[in-house]
Amino acid sequence: MANQGQSAAEIVFDRATKVYRGAPAPAVDELSMTVPAGEICVLLGPSGSGKTTALTMVNRLVEPTSGDIRIDGVSVAEQDATGLRRRIGYVIQQIGLFPHMTIEENVATVPQVLGWKRDRIRDRVRELLDLVGLPPREYGGRYPAQLSGGQRQRVGIARALAADPPVMLMDEPFGALDPITREHMQDEFLRLHEQVRKTTLFVSHDMDEAVKMGDRIAIFREGGHLVQYDAPERILTAPADDFVARFIGADRGLKALTLRRVGDLPLEPADATPDTAPLAATETLHTALSALMTSGTDRLPVADGDGRLVGTVTLDLIRAEAGRPAPHEGEVA
Amino acid sequence: MNTFLDSFTFMGGHLGLLLGKAWSHLVLSAAAFVVALVIAAPLGIWLGHRRRGGFIAISVSNVGRALPSLALIAIFLGLLGIGFTNVLVALVIMAVPPILTNAYLAVEQVDPDLVRAARGMGLTPWQILFRIELPLALPVLFTGIRIAVVYVISSATLAAVAGGGGLGDIILNQVAYGLSGVIAAALWVAVLALVADALLGMVRKLLTPRGVRHLGNDGASSR
Repeated sequence: MANQGQSAAEIVFDRATKVYRGAPAPAVDELSMTVPAGEICVLLGPSGSGKTTALTMVNRLVEPTSGDIRIDGVSVAEQDATGLRRRIGYVIQQIGLFPHMTIEENVATVPQVLGWKRDRIRDRVRELLDLVGLPPREYGGRYPAQLSGGQRQRVGIARALAADPPVMLMDEPFGALDPITREHMQDEFLRLHEQVRKTTLFVSHDMDEAVKMGDRIAIFREGGHLVQYDAPERILTAPADDFVARFIGADRGLKALTLRRVGDLPLEPADATPDTAPLAATETLHTALSALMTSGTDRLPVADGDGRLVGTVTLDLIRAEAGRPAPHEGEVA
Repeated sequence: MNTFLDSFTFMGGHLGLLLGKAWSHLVLSAAAFVVALVIAAPLGIWLGHRRRGGFIAISVSNVGRALPSLALIAIFLGLLGIGFTNVLVALVIMAVPPILTNAYLAVEQVDPDLVRAARGMGLTPWQILFRIELPLALPVLFTGIRIAVVYVISSATLAAVAGGGGLGDIILNQVAYGLSGVIAAALWVAVLALVADALLGMVRKLLTPRGVRHLGNDGASSR
């Protein structure tokens, strides 16, 4: 399925602020940022930093106290909340599949309330179940209780995509899954996003997940302050302040290596007859460093997709690359 | 023991009488139940949907349980006089608490994450109520209905005190019908209550959505 239906939309937070009644301080404080259409923006921060509040202000489950949020230039406050929500995909950690409905019925929920014709709903549901890797013949008639956690979250994502919304809100969608399933679902979602390109806001408290999923990362501090909004690489190599540096961890240098590929290095010439198995050029520098450590040498051969040797990666090359600052991209809007 | 066996002889000899009294017993019970259902179910469902008023729902139930039905009938004798209405009101007051409490709990216990997901997807409050909350609430709601029905059928016996008719006319008139007649009518009341309970149990099973049937009931869930 290619990018069909509605295209992605730009999301703009314009000094959006939320003060809960009776709370001494704002949950989200003057949040201003722009998420370009089609990108994944990860909202990252510790508990109580307002990231979920920021997310749910977009679909008006939480109403901003002041400021504005615009989707494709239209303020959400001016739109009917129900209609707005039907144009926004919403995925939560608890998944929230309706246990008395089959998988097909769950996915069909929004198209049904939108009054689509039955044939169109059926076709769309099958298309989506195929897309998330759950063959409709096998899974369509099952109930949520008959699926594993990972399968249920796939249904949750299919349900959110059902009416082809230009925007997806995901609130720690993989937080309740075991580490292996989580990693698998992250890969699946990235693959899916390549195809459907929805503007996605993705709440997480896991730095590794943010680096992996985000085109951009917005880091929040307690009190709902946005402290840095940047590409993952920029955040890892140039944290805005001590808070960001501490939050992303002392191993940020290593994490940054997960963003770069061996093939992008200025490799040294290939040795004629290497005595170790070659690394793939598509591996990350993180993996290459790990391979160097375990091999006990300081140089390893690199091969391309066809197994041809293209060069040699060395410890010195990786060290030099790790010290190089990332290209400057986005900033706090 | 002889008297017990005699009660079956009585049944044979007075089948018409018993059927007539049983019919008025059922009519009275059904009327009281329907009125109570119309009052209590929507109120309990609404309170549960709003997830507020739990205190009211539970308190009403506790007060209701503490009131002896005979005392209620006596009180209404002063207000409404003798007859069907008096007894009906007393029975309604007894049937409301179990329905109200269970209707409230049934809707209130629906997982708030489901409601949040439904709201976030753009379902209206009515759609959330009818598509999500009510289907999931039906089994517990029905438990309250069963309790109320059994309660009303057995308590309707006291209607005789206030001239409300029913099988109580026989049970409370040993002078006319003898001990065997009293026992025969009492057995009929018991059987009516049990049959009603069994029927409602079957309806409850039919109304339990398939997807949640295997969750708790037979432990076959794959959670």
